[in-house]
Amino acid sequence: MDTLFQQIINGLSLGSIYALLALGYTMVYGIIKLINFAHGDIYMLGAFWGYYVINTWHFNFISALLSAMVVGAASGVIIEYFAYRPLRHSPRITALITAIGVSFFLENGMSYLFSSNTRDFPQIIKQVNYHIGGVLISNIQVLILVTACALMVLLQLIIKKTKMGRAMRAVSVDADAAELVGININWTISFTFALGSALAGAAGVLIGLYYNSIDPLMGMTPGIKAFVAAVLGGIGSVPGASVGGFLIGILETFVQSIGLSAYKDAVVYFVLIVILLILPAGIFGKNVKEKV
Amino acid sequence: MIVLLQVDNLVVNYGVINAVKGVSFKINQGEIVSLIGANGAGKTTILKTISGLLKPQSGKIIYQNKEIQSQKAPKVVAEGISQVPEGRHVFSGLSVMENLQMGSFLERDRNQIKQRFAEVFDRFPILKQRKHQDAATLSGGEQQMLAMGRALMANPKLILLDEPSMGLAPIFINEIFDIIKEINQQGTTVLLIEQNAKKALSIADRGYVLATGSVQMSGTGEELLANREVQKAYLGG
Repeated sequence: MDTLFQQIINGLSLGSIYALLALGYTMVYGIIKLINFAHGDIYMLGAFWGYYVINTWHFNFISALLSAMVVGAASGVIIEYFAYRPLRHSPRITALITAIGVSFFLENGMSYLFSSNTRDFPQIIKQVNYHIGGVLISNIQVLILVTACALMVLLQLIIKKTKMGRAMRAVSVDADAAELVGININWTISFTFALGSALAGAAGVLIGLYYNSIDPLMGMTPGIKAFVAAVLGGIGSVPGASVGGFLIGILETFVQSIGLSAYKDAVVYFVLIVILLILPAGIFGKNVKEKV
Repeated sequence: MIVLLQVDNLVVNYGVINAVKGVSFKINQGEIVSLIGANGAGKTTILKTISGLLKPQSGKIIYQNKEIQSQKAPKVVAEGISQVPEGRHVFSGLSVMENLQMGSFLERDRNQIKQRFAEVFDRFPILKQRKHQDAATLSGGEQQMLAMGRALMANPKLILLDEPSMGLAPIFINEIFDIIKEINQQGTTVLLIEQNAKKALSIADRGYVLATGSVQMSGTGEELLANREVQKAYLGG
């Protein structure tokens, strides 16, 4: 029983990172129907930014996190502006292939500029482990969970309660009608990229703290897993992305805990195949009204 | 009479199709002007070009002595022209209230917005009753009212209505046309596009008959209603 709880705690921590990433996938898909495969690399950029500012400028956790979100948002907006906006009216496959190209560009560009070595992420917060009824939980896990949940609540508030959030939802259901009420479509799309990429930047710093190591290719696998999480939750659905992220995180830790570490990635991709076969719309897929 | 909008020799291509071939017409302030014509005559294309969703190949659109043919839709809305698109296009997933809020997206003055809400709810009491409901759950007629309410939230000088009666039950059609008249009486100029030519011409001050991308005939609503050719082609005998 204790192992079960232990794995749930571990799974939730990892899952909250996937959830943050999956939200970016799902929001961008909701608004321009693009699977932004470069999204995982923004998470890598966030992690590298955190590494840099903590080591060089001695930022604390909060300022590293916030500045990584700003850097993430800026990179997302720049990528959209230069890579995707010129392709707005091209076939979707063109934009998709471009996204893969952007991903390679970021991964290899970072390897070229800063070498592809794995680095130790500076531990600004000393790890403290708590034993609660036989379950081991670290302060970093708590921090990750709390930060991720706070960001998700904040995102939900932005989407539901603010003017820009309403504009995002309006553009995602009907771009022409949105333009007819005076919404600037390009601005709204930039805003969506900024929000999603800010979450990815935050996730980068959090994973640095959790796993202690970063490298230019670190965004590949989590990026694809977060994409699977978004599909599992129902791509385009914001609550779906959060739920999907947590489910994938828990699944992965369970697979590891029963001694099948070598297959943890394979299991996630297997889930993708099963979902696409049985439930192509995902868990919240029917709930089109939550789409952003 | 003050000319509010003048369309001058407008040419619009839809991909390779030449949908509008040199159309000219004008709308005076305070009028209801109706464009009638069969499917494919270019009516919707003209409307989308005025509202800035489409770019014309050539020709001018002059609104309040200003050329607006190269302006984008949000700018045109800001100038005071609101379009109610064909097929309503309400934002599903957003509540009735949120849909209306979107209508006054460009208005910053909260008091103004409040006042427009009051006016719209006054005109469409059903929308007030359903303000927390998802717009997708409304009936066709209610969605049409919501789409019109949303356009009115921008406080337009000119409202462009694209097939407001399409797909509605006869009782709703009459109601919608009554509302159009009321909106007009309160000072909003109306450009109305309709396949229901009889209804449209009966409330219009003036009308233009379009066929295959150009204006075939024009006159007052009554003149066109009485015209033999119009009767034959669009009024069923």
